[in-house]
Amino acid sequence: MSNSSDARTAILNSIRSALGRSMDASGIAAEYDAIPRAYKREGTLGRDALMDLFAHRLAEYDAGVTRCSVEKISEEIARILEARGRRKIAIPGGLPDGWLPKGLDFEVGTHFDDYQLDRMDGVLTGCTVAIAATGSIVLQNAAAQGPRILSLVPDYHLCVVFAEQVVETVPESFAQLDGMSALPTTFFSGPSATADIEMTRIKGVHGPRFLDVVLVV
Amino acid sequence: MRVSLFITCYNDTLFPETGKSVVRVLERLGHTVEFRAGQTCCGQMHWNTGYLNEAVPILRHFVEVYRDAETIVVPSSSCVSMMRDHYLKAAESVGDMRLAADVQALLPRIYEFTEFLVKKLGVEDVGATYPHKVTFHTSCHSERSLHLGDIPIRLLKQVRGLQLLKLENPQECCGFGGTFSIKNADVSSAMLADKVRTVLNTGAEVCTAVDNSCLMHLYGSLHRQRTFVRTAHIAEILASTAGDRA
Amino acid sequence: MTTQEQAHWSDRDFPEAAKELLQDSQIRSNVRHATNVIQAKRNNVVGELSDWQQLRDAGAAIRAHSLAHLHFYLAQFEEACTRAGGQVHWARDSAEANRIILGLIQKHDAKEVIKIKTMTSEEIGLNQNLEANGIHPIETDLAELIIQLGHDKPSHFVVPALHKNRQEVREIFKREMNLPDLGERPEDLASAARTYLREKYLRVKVAVSGANFLIAENGAVCIVESEGNGRMCLTLPDVLISLVGIEKVLPKYRDMEVFLQTLPRSATGERMNPYNSIWTGVHEGDGPKEFHVVLLDNRRSPILGDAESRQTLQCIRCAACLNVCPVYHQTGGHAYESVYAGPIGAILTPQLHSMTEGRSLPYASSLCGACYEVCPVKINIPEVLIHLRGKIVEEDQKTFSGKFGMWNMGMQAAAFLFASSSRLSLAQHLGQIGQKLVVSQNGVIERLPSMLSGWTQTRDLMPLPDQTFRDWWAQRKPSADHGIVKEESDVE
Repeated sequence: MSNSSDARTAILNSIRSALGRSMDASGIAAEYDAIPRAYKREGTLGRDALMDLFAHRLAEYDAGVTRCSVEKISEEIARILEARGRRKIAIPGGLPDGWLPKGLDFEVGTHFDDYQLDRMDGVLTGCTVAIAATGSIVLQNAAAQGPRILSLVPDYHLCVVFAEQVVETVPESFAQLDGMSALPTTFFSGPSATADIEMTRIKGVHGPRFLDVVLVV
Repeated sequence: MRVSLFITCYNDTLFPETGKSVVRVLERLGHTVEFRAGQTCCGQMHWNTGYLNEAVPILRHFVEVYRDAETIVVPSSSCVSMMRDHYLKAAESVGDMRLAADVQALLPRIYEFTEFLVKKLGVEDVGATYPHKVTFHTSCHSERSLHLGDIPIRLLKQVRGLQLLKLENPQECCGFGGTFSIKNADVSSAMLADKVRTVLNTGAEVCTAVDNSCLMHLYGSLHRQRTFVRTAHIAEILASTAGDRA
Repeated sequence: MTTQEQAHWSDRDFPEAAKELLQDSQIRSNVRHATNVIQAKRNNVVGELSDWQQLRDAGAAIRAHSLAHLHFYLAQFEEACTRAGGQVHWARDSAEANRIILGLIQKHDAKEVIKIKTMTSEEIGLNQNLEANGIHPIETDLAELIIQLGHDKPSHFVVPALHKNRQEVREIFKREMNLPDLGERPEDLASAARTYLREKYLRVKVAVSGANFLIAENGAVCIVESEGNGRMCLTLPDVLISLVGIEKVLPKYRDMEVFLQTLPRSATGERMNPYNSIWTGVHEGDGPKEFHVVLLDNRRSPILGDAESRQTLQCIRCAACLNVCPVYHQTGGHAYESVYAGPIGAILTPQLHSMTEGRSLPYASSLCGACYEVCPVKINIPEVLIHLRGKIVEEDQKTFSGKFGMWNMGMQAAAFLFASSSRLSLAQHLGQIGQKLVVSQNGVIERLPSMLSGWTQTRDLMPLPDQTFRDWWAQRKPSADHGIVKEESDVE
């Protein structure tokens, strides 16, 4: 192994000498604060238009989107899983019991190894925040969302998003995430996809090939 | 208005008709044209090829010649972009702050020809007649440096008899790029071939632009291929009148 | 140990390599198709943002600020990443980075590693180095897998196999995955890659990645991807090693709110790419047990010292400049003989070699300005190209062959003429007489000698007219108030 501290010193010295004069931390902070940020931060849409935009963007990614009321979550989940023919469903810890319809096989994901997870029919999660403008949903390793592999290895993902969790812009999502930035975080926008062959976007390479979203309004 | 014409070195040498046309249009609109005999070149060829030290005396010469000019009109967006994008930096790069100040004072008085007509004079109809099918190539500097937008098109639309035909990808480079056309002749020729195909595909008789550099390049291939499409600087179209046989 | 530099593949210059590629109509049509598709998508999703220019302004300012205080932010990142359970290594050059990564893999007795697409690893020749040491790297990005199995080189840093069409990909997969009946629909090919790689994700214990962003304030790392192969590599193995150029650091977590808008739209023309992963260090019960960041300098730091070209390092590798470049459209990426192709490659590659290699690249541009217009962090690539040309000319002028070479002599002569209008006028007159030697019977110039011959390979040149504009003006009948000839003394 090389002497890392030598390399560290050499690189930092090389940067310092290339840059010339350097500032103290408060000077740097002041310069950072002066960065122009005239881009749009707050959304302007009303609630219905926001939900429509989010649903529209998701549909463009070829995700299934349905809406239901909070009382009907379990019923809606049952209906979708039935239609998809998915029975063995992995779930994260902390998922509300009331969401789980009777008669299906739900297993809490923390007990699996990777191979077992690979044999499940799908995964059901909640989310932290969702972004309408880009049709993105953000998962963190937190209650009702679980570790990152849970929503990755199974081929099917059913995600429940509450209307109150949907923001319009990317900056609004970061405003929410800022305090929880240490948690492993995944933004996903539609099912896994690639355009590596002739720029033809096709669904599903390694992540879930099928995504359904239940929008609770 | 008294207008000082900077003809540019290559228009002077290769395209005198363009200069004559600029004079004709401006005089027809009632303006006085002057030509400062001391003028040479804007320095772009040297600057863009990396001969930065050699470019500075050329631009200094330009600044000296036009220091007291009221308004300077240039029938080349490329040369104007050299002035706007690089003159100040060139002056600063040699530490000549007096030159930098002169450049700053001069720049607001420099106009590309069509920009001058539409933005400064507020004229779109210059009384031209040109009964031909014409397509317009948007030169790189006119679009991405001068941001002329639809200014040349607005002028062409007022020309009597002119049928404007839409060019596909009008803003894609023709592949000239000054010394690029020689240093990278093969790539330049391939770019030109694409551009020429789109020009031919319009069915136009004449291809025009605000820069003779692109047109010289296009002519090179159009003529080599023995097509009958002609090239003409926009000033030549705007100078034409019903009495002309273009 | 092989420590060869990989950022620039050969000493063949751009015009020579381009000439060969221009003959390959299949590559040209593949490149043209792919870039046209991305361009159209990109224009569509950029056009719908009313604040696109403000996002560019902010992105450029954040990147410039990060670079201006790079040592400060790198130290901050190191501290935060370490606090979160990560281990930070520093590599001065590619040999050192290779040594560090190999050592980490050997410590875990791994014979295989899974990899996420990383141009930085191409830059240091990591795969060749691992193979030479008995370790098999497995590329998991679909395009990189195509490149690896096809024993090819990337031609684009977002879509590395964009020079291959579906039939070519099928042939590679049929042969290398032993799938004689494989179809040629992109779905079939992606599905083959899914099956081929899935078992490897579950089995291989060490992964190597690059990173899109490092966050100084909390030590977070962000990787932007599409397929989910990245997520597999980031979460399934026990050990993750991320090789990252020192320039990739951002001050704060929230700065990503800018780049996660501009990068996907610029790179693939999507509002958001399918997956972004952001994590800090090691997280109990989620992802690798060991996380290493290798910070690579490899001659990036000296670039910071050049105020004109420092902006090169603002790049976030979206490749929008490649997709829009009319030169890249013709040749594809291989003509640049470099991991970093296209306009950004033309300025980055020679600088990563302290201007000793890739010296033809700054000239591989018509300076049309399309690259600058689309750049989401406002790198003025044409300006840097000219600056680098200036450096090359200045260096060449110090050598005998450069000083007395045809280009320099020609440029000096032209500069002499342009210093005075009387000299220019004399030269014009001499040209009008002298051109009789080259004007052909049909009245144009069809063949020029020497260094100018490139023009007339495919193009005619109109002859000089008999009268220059200035001569016409001088003999023009002076009218009452028109045509005042103002004689200026020449500035000699």
